[in-house]
Amino acid sequence: MKQVLEGSHAVSEAVRLARVQVISAYPITPQTHIVEAISAFCADGTMDARFLCVESEHSAMAAVIAAASTGVRAFTATSSHGLAYMHELLHWAAAARLPIVMAEVNRALGPGWNIWMDQTDSLSQRDTGWIQLYCEDGQDVLDTTLMAFRLAEAVHLPVMVVLDAFYLSHTFEPVDVPRQNQVDRFLPPLVPRISLDTAHPRVLNQMAPPGVYMEMRYNIQTAMAQVPRRLTQYQKEFRAIFDRPPGDAVEAVQCEDAEVVLVTSGTISSTCRQVISDLRSRGEKIGMLKIKMFRPFPIALVRRFLGAARKVAVVDRNFSFGASGVFAQELRAALCNLDGHPPVFGYIAGLGGRDVTPDTLVEIYRRTQDCPTPPEESIWIGLNQEVVQSWYN
Amino acid sequence: MKITPGAVVKGGTSLHYKTGDWRDQRPVIDQEACQKCGICRDVCPDDSIKVKDEQYEIDTDFCKGCGICAHECPAQAIKMVPEEK
Amino acid sequence: MKEIRIHGRGGQGSLVLAQFMAIAALEDGKYGQAFPFLGGGGERRGKPIVAFCRLSDHPIRVRSRITAPDYVIVQDATILREVDVEEGLKPDGRILINTDKDIRQLGLKTQNALTTSAEELARRILGRPIINTALLGTFAGFSRELSLEAVLKAVRSKFPGALGEKNARVVAASYEQFVKEVA
Repeated sequence: MKQVLEGSHAVSEAVRLARVQVISAYPITPQTHIVEAISAFCADGTMDARFLCVESEHSAMAAVIAAASTGVRAFTATSSHGLAYMHELLHWAAAARLPIVMAEVNRALGPGWNIWMDQTDSLSQRDTGWIQLYCEDGQDVLDTTLMAFRLAEAVHLPVMVVLDAFYLSHTFEPVDVPRQNQVDRFLPPLVPRISLDTAHPRVLNQMAPPGVYMEMRYNIQTAMAQVPRRLTQYQKEFRAIFDRPPGDAVEAVQCEDAEVVLVTSGTISSTCRQVISDLRSRGEKIGMLKIKMFRPFPIALVRRFLGAARKVAVVDRNFSFGASGVFAQELRAALCNLDGHPPVFGYIAGLGGRDVTPDTLVEIYRRTQDCPTPPEESIWIGLNQEVVQSWYN
Repeated sequence: MKITPGAVVKGGTSLHYKTGDWRDQRPVIDQEACQKCGICRDVCPDDSIKVKDEQYEIDTDFCKGCGICAHECPAQAIKMVPEEK
Repeated sequence: MKEIRIHGRGGQGSLVLAQFMAIAALEDGKYGQAFPFLGGGGERRGKPIVAFCRLSDHPIRVRSRITAPDYVIVQDATILREVDVEEGLKPDGRILINTDKDIRQLGLKTQNALTTSAEELARRILGRPIINTALLGTFAGFSRELSLEAVLKAVRSKFPGALGEKNARVVAASYEQFVKEVA
């Protein structure tokens, strides 16, 4: 049934429908409404689950690692500094091969204090071994969360469902909430790979000397490499059960004849669809490649859709200091071994909750159109020079 | 707005931010009933009750109209009245 | 698509008002998108805040904040001292203000403004000066962007039981009061 839901609560509904058994979270800023609704579900009996309210995000991740080790479906949610605080245990969750799902609301890191949209928090966790899926709208948030449990439990890796602060987390819009029996068909009960059981004692997290450590890491990568195929398979099942397509790992919109392809993620993709329809109606040849799956990075799909493109403009709402936007880096790496690959323009826009409007995207399109090659590694859009200079004064 | 390295700025910025604008009701002190016990000043979360010439007065630049002073006054000498709209 | 900006103070329910509109749009078979904008330092009780709503016959793709609204709703006229509520208003855009004052005392640039004394109605029916449902009814009558039936359903779905019924009475009364005044 369609309901008007906040993006945060689209996550909560998916967690309820997924019959998650243990949820652990730190409830204070930068936490969002996600766990507030889930704790209410646990308190009023809507969910038959245990809610562990802990004293920090580091403990929240430790608790869901412990829960998942006993063989139950476990979930947590966080944002910005909370995610950064979890960092050590993110590596642990992935290498322990635990199918944990976490909703991560993209918020900027301080100082200065800023609670608004910025992807640098989740992208700084790119090497931890978590699958990362970025969401475009409220429906995508709910669908991606359901898909996350399916993927995590198939490949034994944790999944981060990433959503934009405010533009998704605090935005109310119509979301089709599926029925429990539909979700049960898509997401059968978890069959744990291991479960702590006193009748069959096990030792967890053994020492792994140089003779085996490298192979363990290779196997994580092998699991990562399975994700695109699994996703395609589950998308078919998803569509058959819920009668709507879940988000593709990568979606190409009018790329075939495009002079400039904008590469987007998160809600910028949503705004960009409007820009494409406006500009196309005036005969402008603009396309979009929306990247939903950032880990594993969809190298083959990127090569297929962008290998023959004329110009590529990556819109990064994040920045890796001393380098460039993170999506631009990854994209350049994916394309560099292809003969005759297109020039990749890297744009930085919308950091710390600055709006990325249709006009921002039109400006990026025009600037790319006007330059034969990128004038610099990163082009920062909409900088106020007066504020930049005030640093020195 | 200016930025500074590490977002470090000169102290006392809250003195320039007049939170009194947020108020939708204001405390009014009945000076005759006031016993000058000082409880209102101690409980005010915004340090908005000042003593001037032995009289307790509200600093309307910063009083947010929370009403704690009126609630705590043992002499019931403080009334909250609606702010003019 | 119609874009609405709501000015209020933290605690007055501006975002809930935007949310009612988005729910009502769904009831009317349309699309709605409601979202807040937290100013520097976040939302505090009493601090001027802004909420947004988009209403459209088609799915809404644009996700940036609203800078050129078709409608502005002001929950509390004291905000006019601190905020330029007319900023970016479309040339044919309209403003709805909750105040007891005469419109000429407010010093607005636009001629296209309507005042309503939502507080009096809210106090009478709810017993509390919570004005967002009164403004919702007036907005539905004033703008004709949402049907009365849809906004009543929205209020009842958000607040089930007695509270919802009371608020539905506020919506209906403010809607009828507007329609009567215009007629």
